[in-house]
This record gives sequence, structure tokens and C-alpha cells, in this order.
Amino acid sequence: MTELTDLTLAEIRDGVARGGFSAREVAQAFNAAVEAGRPLNAYIVETPEKALEAADAADKARAAGDLKPLSGVPLGMKDLFCTEGVQTSAASRMLEGFTPTYESTVSAKLWQAGAGMLGKLNLDQFAMGSSNETSHFGNVVSPWKGKDGKELTPGGSSGGSSAAIAARLCPAATGTDTGGSIRQPAAFTGIAGIKPTYGRCSRWGVVAFASSLDQPGAMARTVRDNAILLEAMAGFDPKDATSLDLAVPQLEAGLSSSLKGKKVGIPKEYRPDGLNAEIAALWDRGVEWLKDAGADVVEVSLPHTRYALATYYIIAPAEASSNLARYDGVRYGLRDLPDGAGLQDMYAATRAAGFGDEVKRRILIGTYVLSAGFYDAYYTQACKVRTLIARDFAQAFEQCDVLLTPTAPSAAFALGEKKADPLEMYLNDVFTVPASLAGLPAMSVPGGLSSEGLPLGLQIIGRPLDEQGVLNAALALEERAGFAARPEKWW
Amino acid sequence: MSVDSSTVKKVASLARIALTDAQADALVPELNSIIGWVEQLGEVDVAGVEPMTAVIPNHLRLREDVVTDGAIRDKVLANAPQAEHGFFAVPKVIE
Repeated sequence: MTELTDLTLAEIRDGVARGGFSAREVAQAFNAAVEAGRPLNAYIVETPEKALEAADAADKARAAGDLKPLSGVPLGMKDLFCTEGVQTSAASRMLEGFTPTYESTVSAKLWQAGAGMLGKLNLDQFAMGSSNETSHFGNVVSPWKGKDGKELTPGGSSGGSSAAIAARLCPAATGTDTGGSIRQPAAFTGIAGIKPTYGRCSRWGVVAFASSLDQPGAMARTVRDNAILLEAMAGFDPKDATSLDLAVPQLEAGLSSSLKGKKVGIPKEYRPDGLNAEIAALWDRGVEWLKDAGADVVEVSLPHTRYALATYYIIAPAEASSNLARYDGVRYGLRDLPDGAGLQDMYAATRAAGFGDEVKRRILIGTYVLSAGFYDAYYTQACKVRTLIARDFAQAFEQCDVLLTPTAPSAAFALGEKKADPLEMYLNDVFTVPASLAGLPAMSVPGGLSSEGLPLGLQIIGRPLDEQGVLNAALALEERAGFAARPEKWW
Repeated sequence: MSVDSSTVKKVASLARIALTDAQADALVPELNSIIGWVEQLGEVDVAGVEPMTAVIPNHLRLREDVVTDGAIRDKVLANAPQAEHGFFAVPKVIE
């Protein structure tokens, strides 16, 4: 018999429903995998009792003929989602020990749908990073290894999620994506991940980084599992001012890999001089796969692409500096009160002690670009260029239905390799940031392996609200890529 | 535009983050490399372009002007570093 931890979310759901195995057996198998997987440092908090509790409820529901959409499915929860009674740290010292008295909308929806929680997944501190090296709780180590045996990044910021899924420490997990934090880690670990349209999933109860960009999404090994999970996470929430008041499409039922009559755009600006040859070759294969699925392929232009990263690194830090002003040592989180200090000194000492270097760097950049005399030159200018970037996409989508691009400019790099130069790390997000700035649904699917034997991802970007179109094109790629590689177990 | 150590300290003070002199000095080249890089946006022609305010067109909703929450004092205070007599406690503030 196949190991229960090798099953997909859909297989677990269907197996529990058919009675091939019990939800409790599934939860026990994953709880054991989580414990054995500790060398990967993917989980900050393990909650085996929560997984068992939901599993027992699922087994009872099956006996009563009352199964819910995710009954029997244990999930990993990125530690950016507030979970009632379970520490929510955003991988920071600032929120170490913070135990919410409320549940985020997205996690509440998942528990209502019958899912259980295996634990809280590690991430870059406050979701700021592309390699999971900024966590206060230590690096997440990718289950994949290169030929030289060095420890690799699982990507970031949802690096705990990506590592845990690839290592079979959970069948699926939540992620959040601000500039690529679902898609880049998915690409680096050979799994799939979707960031829906901005506003599809509620941000309520998600620790805020850059509110005009932050968007929860799904991560799992297959496109179908992403569709199932996203459908359960999405939906209108009056508690989030930018939540979209729209019905959630039946994404799983709508899956179809026939792209007959669809047009796929290839943005020429995503092929800069010096693009990694393996990435370029994979992209070409992706084009052939989509043609094989019946799509027509057209070249399109997104002329402001080259300005997207700089735009992002003004807007995201600016919003972060404002959002993170709430950590003042008064209401929750760390307090550092030096002897004889007044209120202002307490704020400064608390924030110096509670934030890591990358978080401080971004708060300072954000404070600088918003400060008197510089606001228009930096922040307003960036918001105008953001309009132009979104307009580029709108014009491209007059000629095509979805876009196909690589997800990241390289395979996973070694831990420590890019840590010394923040700017070099930022450039890793070159292909994912533009869709974030435009609020568009975008997904990464595994396309193949590099010559080093490491996973490479392809990205599909869709029109606003067209998650179905994105999933369907991704499904067409998945069927043709036939990606079956998995990391060899060393932990 | 480039920043020096005193600008870094001023920005850090606005952001309420305590920095040592050595930390401020170390941040100067890091911040300058980032700021120098984002300044490329200055070359984009944005004449007549409105700054983006909403990435997906969406109108701000109004709701009934009624109380929907409250009476959860202990929950609100549950994570406070220092709570006394049903209040958040802070160091003495005397101006």
C-alpha cells in the first residue's frame, strides 16, 4: 500500500470518504512525518492534537454521512495566519509567544470545511525575504539537495510551506504572496502554488506586511489540490475592506486541460539578455506543451516590466513601515523597557530588539521614501509607475487569455549564497513581482529539473478574477510535464 | 539622493528604532545601494498618469452604523506585556 503521506489532498479526501482508511490514520501518519521532519525546521509550532481532533470529527462525520469538503485533510498553516490559542509569531522575536484570541478568516474557513491543523509553518520574518533566512526561528532547509550536497533554500517567504509539502510533512498548506512568496518557493521545491486575484481571500487575521499587495493563497503538489484548497479559502469577508464581494467559482469542478480556442501570451520583456539557458529552454518546452493542449501562442509586450522591481521595493517597504508601526510594546508582543526609560525610549528599544535586520532595513527604506520632501519623488512616482505596469497587463490581455513565463530566474540557491547583498536577493523576484503589482492571479507549476537535479517552475498569469483560466492552463502544463521527481529523504 | 549616517539616524528615530553608531554606519551603504537602484523610476514618463489607489476596481462599502463588537476587554488585554486594572500599562509619561 502507498504511504498515506504520499497521497494528494484529493486522494486523502476521497479515501476517507470511501472508507479506504480513516482520517485518524492519515493524521497519525502526518504527525509522525512532522516529528521526523524536524531537521528541515519547517514547523515553528507542531499541533498534532489539533490534527487528531479534526480527524476524529471527520471519522464521525463519515459514519453519520455528513462529510465536509475537506474532512479528513490535515494542513500546514503558514505562521502569518492568526490561530486562536496557538502562537502566531510571523517568525519574529517581536511576536514570539503572541497567542491570538481570535481566528483569521481564511483559517476559520478551512477548519469549518473539516480540515485539521498539523502546525504553524516557518517563514521569512514578517514575510520579508525570498529565501527563508530571515526567520527568528532559524532557516528552513529545503528537502532538495544539489549535487554538491549543500543545504538549499526552500524559497521565501512561504518556505516552511514549500519545504513541508515537498517533504511530505503535509499534503497542502496555506501561503501568502506579496511579491512572489507563494510562487517562488513552489518553484524551488517542485510543487504548485497559486496566488489568487487581490481581494479573493480575506486578509483579516493575517499579519500585515504590505496591504495593497498581500494575498493569501494555496500550495500543494498538484493543480487539482490547489483548486480544492483555494476554493475553501476564498470568499467575501466584510471584515476586510478590500475583500471582493463575489461568489467563489467551483474551481475543482471547472478544471479542464483543453486549451482549444485559448490564446497564450509570451511577454518578450521576460527574456532578458543573460537569461539562464535552462530556464529559457524550459520556457520553450512550456510553449510547446500549451500548443499541444490546443492553445494559440502570441508574443505580447509588457514594456514597463523592467521597472516593476524598483516600484515594488518602494511600495512594499512604504506600506510595511506604516503597518509595522503597531509594534510598540504596549498592546501585544515584545516589550523592552530599559531602566528609567520613558515611553519613546521604550518604543525604540522594543523595536530594535524585536525586529530582525531585514525588517529594520525595509522599515527604514519605507520611512525614508514617505518622509517629508521625498514622498512625491519616490512613493507617488512608484504608484504612478504601478498604474503603467497594470495597464501593460490590461493591454496584453486584449490579445491573449493567459501569460506564460518562468517563475524564477534560477533554481534554488544555497543557504547563505545571497544573504550578504540585499539587492541581489530582491532581484530573485523579477518574474513574480509584476503580477503582484497588478493584483492578478498567478500560479507556479513544476516544469522539470535543472542539470543539477533541482526543480524549475513555470508561471501562468491570468486576467483579474480568472483563477479558473490560470488553473486550467497550469493543469495542461502539469499533464505534459509529468513531473514525478521528489527529494531523496535525508532527514 | 544618498543618505549619510546622520540621515540614517534621523530616519531611524522617525521609525522609533534604536540604532548604535556602528549599526547606523553599516546601514549607510546598504540603504544607498537600494535607494540608488529604485531611483531609476525617475526616468519613467508619468505625465498624465494617476497614481494607483486600488489594484482591482472595488468601491468602499458602508455598513450599518451599529455596534458589532465589544465587551471583550480581557481578550484585548490577554497579550499585553503589562496590563493592570483592565488597562494597558506604560511607563510614566510626564511632559
